Amino acid sequence: MDGTNTNYNTREALLKLFDERIATYALSDSPEVITGRREAIAEFARAGFPHTKLEKWRNTDLGRVLNNGFTFPLAPLAADVDLEEIFRCEVPGFDTYMVAQLNGWFIERGNKLAQASQGVVVCSMEEAFEKHADLIAVHYGKYTRVNNNSLSALNTALARDGVFIYVPDNVEVNEIVQIVNLVQSAYPVFVQPRNLVILGKNSSLRLVHCDDSVDDQVGFINSVSEVVLSENARLDHYKLQNKNDRSALINNVFFHLEAGANLSTNAISLNGGLIRNEVYVRLNGRGSHADILGVYLMDRDQHIDNQVFVDHAVPDCTSNELFKGILDDQASGVFNGHILVRKDAQRTNAYQNNKNILISDKAVIDSKPFLEIYADDVKCSHGATVGQLDSEAMFYLRSRGINADNARMLLMYAFAAEIVNKISIPKLKLRIDDLVKKRLRGELSICDQCVLHCNSREQKVSFEIDMSKI
Amino acid sequence: MEKDPNNILDEVTQGEYKYGFYTDIEMETAPKGLSEDTIRFISAKKNEPEWLLEYRLNAYRKWLGMTEPTWAHLHHSPINYQDIIYYAAPKKKKELASLDEVDPELIETFNKLGISLEEQKRLTGVAVDAVIDSVSVKTTFSETLEKQGIIFCSFSEAVQKVPELVKQYLGTVVPPDDNYFAALNSAVFSDGSFCYIPKGVRCPIELSTYFRINAANTGQFERTLIIGDEGSYVSYMEGCTAPMRDENQLHAAIVEIIALKDAEVKYSTVQNWYPGNKLGEGGIYNFVTKRGICKGNNSKISWTQVETGSAITWKYPSVVLMGDHSVGEFYSVAVTNNYQQADTGSKMIHLGKNTKSTIISKGISAGYSNNSYRGLVKMTKRAENARNFSQCDSLLLGDKCGAHTFPYIKTENKTSIVEHEATTSKISDDQLFYCNQRGISTESAIGLIVNGYAREVLKQLPMEFAVEAQKLLSISLEGSVG
Amino acid sequence: MLSIKNLRVSIEGKEILKGINLEVRPGEVHAIMGPNGTGKSTLAAVIAGRDIFEVEEGEIVFNGKNLLEMPVEDRASEGIFLSFQYPVEIPGVSITNFMRTAVNEQRKYHGLDPMPANEFLAKMEEKKRMLDIHAKLANRSVNEGFSGGEKKKNEIFQLAMLEPTLAILDETDSGLDIDALKVVANGVNKLRRPDNAFLVITHYQRLLEYIVPDIVHVLFDGRIVRSGGKELAMELEEKGYEWIRSEA
Repeated sequence: MDGTNTNYNTREALLKLFDERIATYALSDSPEVITGRREAIAEFARAGFPHTKLEKWRNTDLGRVLNNGFTFPLAPLAADVDLEEIFRCEVPGFDTYMVAQLNGWFIERGNKLAQASQGVVVCSMEEAFEKHADLIAVHYGKYTRVNNNSLSALNTALARDGVFIYVPDNVEVNEIVQIVNLVQSAYPVFVQPRNLVILGKNSSLRLVHCDDSVDDQVGFINSVSEVVLSENARLDHYKLQNKNDRSALINNVFFHLEAGANLSTNAISLNGGLIRNEVYVRLNGRGSHADILGVYLMDRDQHIDNQVFVDHAVPDCTSNELFKGILDDQASGVFNGHILVRKDAQRTNAYQNNKNILISDKAVIDSKPFLEIYADDVKCSHGATVGQLDSEAMFYLRSRGINADNARMLLMYAFAAEIVNKISIPKLKLRIDDLVKKRLRGELSICDQCVLHCNSREQKVSFEIDMSKI
Repeated sequence: MEKDPNNILDEVTQGEYKYGFYTDIEMETAPKGLSEDTIRFISAKKNEPEWLLEYRLNAYRKWLGMTEPTWAHLHHSPINYQDIIYYAAPKKKKELASLDEVDPELIETFNKLGISLEEQKRLTGVAVDAVIDSVSVKTTFSETLEKQGIIFCSFSEAVQKVPELVKQYLGTVVPPDDNYFAALNSAVFSDGSFCYIPKGVRCPIELSTYFRINAANTGQFERTLIIGDEGSYVSYMEGCTAPMRDENQLHAAIVEIIALKDAEVKYSTVQNWYPGNKLGEGGIYNFVTKRGICKGNNSKISWTQVETGSAITWKYPSVVLMGDHSVGEFYSVAVTNNYQQADTGSKMIHLGKNTKSTIISKGISAGYSNNSYRGLVKMTKRAENARNFSQCDSLLLGDKCGAHTFPYIKTENKTSIVEHEATTSKISDDQLFYCNQRGISTESAIGLIVNGYAREVLKQLPMEFAVEAQKLLSISLEGSVG
Repeated sequence: MLSIKNLRVSIEGKEILKGINLEVRPGEVHAIMGPNGTGKSTLAAVIAGRDIFEVEEGEIVFNGKNLLEMPVEDRASEGIFLSFQYPVEIPGVSITNFMRTAVNEQRKYHGLDPMPANEFLAKMEEKKRMLDIHAKLANRSVNEGFSGGEKKKNEIFQLAMLEPTLAILDETDSGLDIDALKVVANGVNKLRRPDNAFLVITHYQRLLEYIVPDIVHVLFDGRIVRSGGKELAMELEEKGYEWIRSEA
């Protein structure tokens, strides 16, 4: 394909695909879902793919990655993949219940969640449409923004599968649920997973969501997840992103929090050609709280874009947003935070911060921390910084005999550690900690498998220094 | 003894807009509407050279192809550009040789505004250029300044007197097609001030332009051009008011500042255009492009603004930091009350090495108003070791108003440092009780606290302006807390 | 001068003061003592006019006027001064400007013209000298970045400037080292006159060694359970509040 100037019209191909598929969908989907699909495709047809003339996409250009002759996997292709090879990499001691998606399709592995008997459900969306129609009717598509978000619209129109998780009221899920989202194909693929996570009242869940590439093929992942936290539910959510350099990963996640719910979401982006995380958090019940964290370590031509929209819709909620990034080579980063405090959302406490370090002459960062406030009894503050490693700290380390390279890495590590340290699953924290170190030393460029894959036990990194002593 | 800023709050008893009167003077106006003919009419009235007419027409043609920007956090009914009078001037009998020949009604108007045009009465040593509707009516002190080579006159006069300077710099900071309102201004600008400070001269007095919209249905489109030649210094002040009218009036001005090597220009504004009544009816639509360029090394441009008026404010005084070691500053207090809307902030574009910029913005929202800070800090590849610090605070009075912060930070340089901070707060019940307990009424307490909150910005203003500004802040917020 | 009769006060439905009776005459210094949470600060705040409290019953008459019907600032102009336990910060407002506004608003209340600037500045200097407060304070913002001691000294400075007829000192001694305590106490003693009165609220007897009260009241569970001369304070110090608790 290289060397030719073919202009693939992915938009037309998708519209055509919709026309071909909608009749089949109508056989299994509820009329409401079908209506949703039709409305969504109309929005996508109207708006098309986002382009850089749009304010929210000014610094993220999908043009190049869209210009590929994509295939659109319409069914699971389990035969093409060696599941043993993929699932071999469970981290010892990191006790997770792992489910996988390959090219957007759920892979049935036949394993059972220990708490299935308590009503906890982890299954494919397809299965959920059949077996949990009541839950689907209440929640599916209810939190996704379709207007002015044409990629969410596209996903809503065409998505068939993904992961469905349901935790009934008062159940605390002991096992950590891990979703591994793999892309492997001989051809460029365009996949659209759709996930729905429902936490009942007073329930809790720890969820690790990994996006990985298996090979070096072009992939466009347009993922939408809806996550509902009922009253007093707790969710610990981690997104680990380690894609190949030719892929585009668009993640729209819509969190909806009812009274007293507590969310912690942490996006850790280690590698990826183009990553855009759009996180919407609606604090819809009094006393709900959200921690929205992220760290990104990008180099070469990689591009990372974090869009965070926090909607304080009711009084007495708190949110805390912190994104930190290190950009090297020609890497580019975008942060767009937007806190909305609606009228009457009194006693809101919202904090937003974005800190960046540029390592090279060609790295670029665009940061837009926005506040939009319509209530007066609020505590809102935000900050954004772009800078370098602290030269005094560098000097201090070097004066202790640490060479410049190691000192630099150590400081970068310390910079990222503020986010990594907030990971509350100890084994995962250790693992990410290792990965960050590897990443900073350039040893982890494209991990060809799951982030938690550990077939090559890396040697101890050279800067095992107790950070607390600095 | 100089006027003590502390007693100003006592003087404030009335919250009404006190500059809302209208002066009945004989006017000469262009017919309503905008066309190439209107532009030719304006140009001919001003006896302009051909190149300037071409400049205007070129801008007009570009404007025709542009659309009004919609990205700001503002809402207003559409502006009918054909329903505006683009030229209105007090009728002149003949060339004015002295103040005696200025229409006494006009002198009275400015006296009412607290601006005396009689030089001997100006004890504070401020040179004034008074602009009413479309034209400059009188510039004081200009002869005194001429002795030092300083040119301070109306823009129209400069076109006649120093056309080569005007031609050299006009549109170099704000090109005609910079934005919709800049294009409009470039096509129809009426008058404004021109100022040139020669090499090495420190302007000994404050220069000031006073803008007044008087006539109905007119737009005001002033054009100000300030050139600080190498090693010069000038402090420049701008004030504005308009009568109270039910309909909205358009104000689309351009200010361009050029600071050459080692020059420093300080530009202060107290903007008090009529903000509309308590129901949000009437008021000025203020769409202004203000930009300076620090062209030479070690130059400095500083903007200070106190924005209390206008129904709508759309304004981003900016600095292009081109020269190495140049400095850009922006200090702003923006107050919105009732149904006012403000979308204002600054742009700092760092091109040169070791350039430094500071943004201090204090927004105060009351009533049903919306007050947004919008600012851009850009560090380009060349801007080694550039620094920016931004602090944008919002104070909310009441729960019906909005306070928003929209900073844009773009960094392409690893050696630059950008820091942005913002907080949102309200006046606490504890603060009010504390003041009340000392015998201070709630109304006065709010004025006091708001002035304290804005102190960092107000202290940047020249003394004459600071007093005015503090008074304005208190008046603007009267009746905002029930 | 101040007459409180059967004052019952509650906050959010919880009764804090359960029938207070208190008479203060010109020239007197009253001390109100009691353990934490018995309503001492509430009493001070209610006299000053804090509106978060609900007055259920009773009256407060000050120089013949019904205080409960007056807004906070009018009470202040009538001569009530409260030295706050936790003075609030007012950023950007200089003490000079703050006091100037307060003095002139109070003058306005009494139908007087604003105090001329030079006279005002001279008065500031005089009071500072009198209280042994050194320079700088005046140009700083009200309470902003002040240490605990500085805040309390600033309260006493304001007391001196405003010359009230009744000054209420709410735990003015809390958080003070001995030097600052002396400055505060000496200031108060210098300000004592036959025509003014002080209501000193304190947890400890320590302050009363320096500001000697005429009458000491013990407030317990929303009531004044005992009143006496200055020796009552000594007795309390010796026996502790347990003694009161057992008696009550």
